[in-house]
Amino acid sequence: MSEHRTAADVRRRDFLAAAGVGAVAVATLPRMAKAEPKDADALVAKLIGNAQPKDGKVRIQMKDMAESGAAEPISVTVDSPMTAADHVKTLHIVSEGNPNPGVSSWHFTPRSGKAEVSFRMRLAKTQVVRAYAVMSDGSVHAARHEIKVTISGC
Amino acid sequence: MPAQIKSRIPSKAAKDEIIEIKLQITHDMESGNRKDAAGNVLPRRIINKMVCTWNNEVVTSADWHPSMSANPFIVFYARATESGKITIKFHDDNGEVHETSADITVG
Repeated sequence: MSEHRTAADVRRRDFLAAAGVGAVAVATLPRMAKAEPKDADALVAKLIGNAQPKDGKVRIQMKDMAESGAAEPISVTVDSPMTAADHVKTLHIVSEGNPNPGVSSWHFTPRSGKAEVSFRMRLAKTQVVRAYAVMSDGSVHAARHEIKVTISGC
Repeated sequence: MPAQIKSRIPSKAAKDEIIEIKLQITHDMESGNRKDAAGNVLPRRIINKMVCTWNNEVVTSADWHPSMSANPFIVFYARATESGKITIKFHDDNGEVHETSADITVG
């Protein structure tokens, strides 16, 4: 190769190097965005086993459209007397569109008073957020909420 | 920066009243999915567990994942059983435990 490198060559090399970095960054994007409902399904199977979730009792309160997915308020309420004989044991919140489908799992006792939690969650894209309540008798109730996201927060 | 915890827990409650516990902790909740300018993955560091006890008996606990927002703000409830101390512990990925507690009089 010639020892005479012109300014144009150097610029070309810099450009190629920079383009390479860019290409790597773009190539990693699909991995980041790889979050599908089936990942959520796999996690749910691990969390609740083969219980058949029933509708009702669980209510997700959340906006229908989020401007930013960085910290979106969510409240989940489960109808339950919260007595020793009949209470919610665990409440799982699962995301269908985030890189990690698990959001949080809350473990209640009769001393929790009511099965209700509020927090803020990240949202990578427009998706469905699900909540599963495991009752003390072993039954599972579930709810879903679709939320549109304009700016990713993951 | 040490994690700062702000809490709102009532100091008095009637017997069997359901009280609201509100907390905010300053924490980056680094998800482990982000990269710095050089393309290196920023290691995950989140609060992975929260435990609320009332006189050392667990009332509510939670496992958290990276989809929890930065500076978590949470609200949950507890049935006022007896006077004593409510303690909330946040377990960090790096092994630290951030803790806050409040005294409550019931009756």
